[in-house]
Amino acid sequence: MKLARFFLTGVFFGIVLTKAEAVSWYRIYEMFHFQSFHMFGIIGTALITGIIGIQLIKKKKLKDFNGFPITIIDKERGFWRYIIGGSLFGLGWALVGSCPGPIFILLGTGMYAVAVVFIGALLGTYIYGLLLDYLPH
Amino acid sequence: MEIIYGTWHWSISGFLIGMTMLILIYFGKSFGMSSNLRTLCSMAGAGKFSDFFKMDWREQKWSLAIVLGAIVGGFIAFHFLSNGSGVNLNPDTITQLQSLGIDAPNGKLLPDALFSIETLQSPKGFAILLIGGLLIGFGTRYAGGCTSGHAISGLSNLQLPSLVAVIGFFIGGIIMAHFLLPIIFKTA
Repeated sequence: MKLARFFLTGVFFGIVLTKAEAVSWYRIYEMFHFQSFHMFGIIGTALITGIIGIQLIKKKKLKDFNGFPITIIDKERGFWRYIIGGSLFGLGWALVGSCPGPIFILLGTGMYAVAVVFIGALLGTYIYGLLLDYLPH
Repeated sequence: MEIIYGTWHWSISGFLIGMTMLILIYFGKSFGMSSNLRTLCSMAGAGKFSDFFKMDWREQKWSLAIVLGAIVGGFIAFHFLSNGSGVNLNPDTITQLQSLGIDAPNGKLLPDALFSIETLQSPKGFAILLIGGLLIGFGTRYAGGCTSGHAISGLSNLQLPSLVAVIGFFIGGIIMAHFLLPIIFKTA
């Protein structure tokens, strides 16, 4: 049952994002129009929690669940892939109001139209796989 | 019980999302949802067409277990932990949406103008959802992560590339929300 703990983490994540309304198209629209603090508060609090947690892990050299030292891999250096890829994702995020996590979560809430977004996201990932050698990174 | 059945406060929500990331680090993994799209392409046989998808997807089963859990979590939250009082937007936002012909939430998570079954059956409605998905899939893989991977995990670890990616998210998001959405919805 090695996968059970991940499944349960996913259930927890799905409940939190739904109840936080981070899965709501409306909340994303409101965020990009800077008309509410709600989403900024969520991301900000998650960040503060994450920064404190990761600093503690590094300072105390904590071990993970299996007893191995925790190492967090740094992101690859680069600029163009992050700014161009990020902007393209931003366009999609503001258009259909979901990032990859919420796509799955919304399917669970019974919003079946989101299946089209999901298929689009799979196709987009596939197209990236075909084109990546031709793109600036 | 409004504290559970209504909108969860941003401070509680944010703290719990941060904890989700820390729990996954404790489990020896990392927090990122968009990589599952790559795994699913690989499972569907995309490795025949691009080396990018030549991977042992079995090593990602833990992440797919999170996806399954997230779907179940969405189901539980929607059916058992909601009373329809949520999504209380800024009144200015609602007025603005009205001028674009987009229905107010009234407790719904998503507007019918984009996500109802009738909208889905119109060519324009279908195209919007598909193009949105394409941008999300292509953009997240190009940038190497999404909100969870860059905005939460990457920034928590003070990664400069993640900051660039998040700036990109906002460049694209602001262009769409302020300039493109009005064009898309006003030209019916």
